[in-house]
Amino acid sequence: MKRIYLDNNATTRLHPEVLEEMLPYLREHYGNPSSIHWFGQEARRGMDRARERVADFIGASADEIVFTSGGTEADNEALLGIADSAGKPGSRIVTTAVEHQAVLNSCRYLEKKGFVVTYLPVDSRGRIDPGVLADSIDDDVILVSVMLANNEVGTIQPVREAAAIARSKGILFHTDAVQAAGRIPLDVRELGVDLLSLSAHKFHGPKGCGALFVRSGVAGPVLIHGGHHERRRRAGTENVAAIVGFGQACRLAGMRLGEANSVIGSLRDRLEEGIVERVAGVKVNRCVEHRLPNTSNMSFEGVDGQLLAMNLDLMGIAVSTGSACQSDTREPSYVLSAMGCSTGQATGCLRFSLSADNTAEEIESVVAALPELVEGLRG
Amino acid sequence: MSVSKRIVTAMSGGVDSSVAAALLLEQGFDVVGVSLQLQACHESVEGRSCCGTDAIAQARAAAGHLGIHHYVLDCRQIFEKTVLLRSWEEYSRGRTPNPCVICNERIKFGLLLDYAGSLGSGKLATGHYARIGVRKNGDAFLMRGADARKDQSYFLFSICPDRLSAVIFPVGGLTKDTVRSMARRMGLPNADRQESQDACFAAKGTAYPEGLRRRFNEAVKPGPFLDEQGRSLGMHSGIHRFTVGQRRGLGIALGSPAWVQSIDPRSASVFLTTRKDGLIARGLIATDVRWHAFSPRFKRFRCTVQVRYNQAPVFATVEPDGSATTVRVRFDDPLRAVTPGQAVVFFSGDRVLGGGWIDRSEQ
Repeated sequence: MKRIYLDNNATTRLHPEVLEEMLPYLREHYGNPSSIHWFGQEARRGMDRARERVADFIGASADEIVFTSGGTEADNEALLGIADSAGKPGSRIVTTAVEHQAVLNSCRYLEKKGFVVTYLPVDSRGRIDPGVLADSIDDDVILVSVMLANNEVGTIQPVREAAAIARSKGILFHTDAVQAAGRIPLDVRELGVDLLSLSAHKFHGPKGCGALFVRSGVAGPVLIHGGHHERRRRAGTENVAAIVGFGQACRLAGMRLGEANSVIGSLRDRLEEGIVERVAGVKVNRCVEHRLPNTSNMSFEGVDGQLLAMNLDLMGIAVSTGSACQSDTREPSYVLSAMGCSTGQATGCLRFSLSADNTAEEIESVVAALPELVEGLRG
Repeated sequence: MSVSKRIVTAMSGGVDSSVAAALLLEQGFDVVGVSLQLQACHESVEGRSCCGTDAIAQARAAAGHLGIHHYVLDCRQIFEKTVLLRSWEEYSRGRTPNPCVICNERIKFGLLLDYAGSLGSGKLATGHYARIGVRKNGDAFLMRGADARKDQSYFLFSICPDRLSAVIFPVGGLTKDTVRSMARRMGLPNADRQESQDACFAAKGTAYPEGLRRRFNEAVKPGPFLDEQGRSLGMHSGIHRFTVGQRRGLGIALGSPAWVQSIDPRSASVFLTTRKDGLIARGLIATDVRWHAFSPRFKRFRCTVQVRYNQAPVFATVEPDGSATTVRVRFDDPLRAVTPGQAVVFFSGDRVLGGGWIDRSEQ
């Protein structure tokens, strides 16, 4: 069976050039980057180059990059680390209702520790209102965390405005850019953020590797304690091969960003158009003006999204019902609920997420397959 | 779409359902494996539990070995409501439920069969040791599995007869030994895995009903132990902890072996007997009877019956009371420990005629 992969917000295919870059570090350059000898220095050099590449990719300098085990750890480090260094019980954190669970559950944990968390609402397009953010800030707020782009619906938040509001009040600002990286241009200076989370595997890098950007001058949050690695910001022997792959993935994504994403965007639009044309009772959950070019989230009235996804899988088409990180529950999507969708719309949804690997032919076969399937499930 | 016919196969992670899937695959069907998640991972009793993630991982491994699609169906809510809650209600009334029968009827051959339809399959296969026969008019009927020691038809009597034609038991005509050697020959990763049957309720005895009571936050119904003459022997800590025929774990020492003879939920009394033949019953009343073969509204008839899973069938006379859903059963030879809440199943040879729920035993 020829399979079509449209779940790139869950994870992506490792780019062959990324794998090539990684292989020497799994074979011959196996040294510990902390070691003084040749073996260690080979590994160290690879990691240094990767750090430059990651920094270039987001407009940062290399010493502002802390490698982590992935996006979730970067989010945890930002929230728990800042709460630990800058907060005390009663301190406040402002975030949004539609963050990834890595942020939301870090916040819930901090609530148990006595912190107060405000979850900003979103409109029907999934966007926060910067005015509401400004109103919610008082002297107790130590951190504002607003994601750059949502993983389920692709809505891009007004992070630049939000960060400016935080900065004007002297409050640290974190953004989870895990889903945005590799899909839209990223520049930490232009965004004006203090902390930013990245994950390699969302844009053709390896799993188990990510980074936290910590603006120079910000007292670095520490989550993992131990040795002197990552300038004492993240202990543990580095995952060198993955970090090297991460660097290459950033380089490739930076080079291809504009051109590839306009192609991906038109494929996504064609997919949406084709489905809406042929299937009745479809609602596209989106923000027309501010959305990732690769993501489409649609609600199919009267259909169980999970069943629809399984049936598509049986035809060789891989999509998800929402976040892969919560696909073990059949609860309606909290993102769609926050956007005001009914329970039916929030459980009857599919997320299609594309990458540069997808072709027009693939999109046409999905558009061709879906109507009959949806009708069949509606009985 | 695939040209071959699709069959959804319930995969417990055990060897029987894995071989069932493999046999259908060998016959050229498009097999889709589905595992049921019945309880939250952290509640699974131990690794061997058929509800645990380990079992699901075993099923996934077997599906991977066969190269078939595999999905996990989250049934936690319906399992809680239809199986666990109903089981607790039975215990709280002094009866001993049979959760496997309820689970088969409502979840495996209810929800999952519906689900199979939604996955483009008109059929559901399971690894049960039972067979489906076909009458001259095309109607399907339920039969014992070919392996008398493994036959599971007792647990399947309450499947809606209309749905039997959509059910396939690929290993029902085989012996367990054959199934196991097939699994080894096929190289299935779980070929030598232990039995999974009934493991959802591994913590049987007193611990299981007590676990249910806590789960549903219900009050304990303590009351007296009474002897056969109605004299008090002491107090017990809740009728839900007892089952007819129980000897161990009574929590009272009488100086000689004693068995639970009956339970009266209204007075919360547990009657004990010290006579070995104190548990003997010559018949029973069964309610909610479901007929597979025919509906003998007024006609008494002879058949063999089983009042528990691992009991050799005995001859009996069944007397419908006119409604066909309540019957009186008279055994040719008395049986021990006929337990309210358990199922009684009627057979003619290998054929399942029907079955019902034991309301009370009779002398």
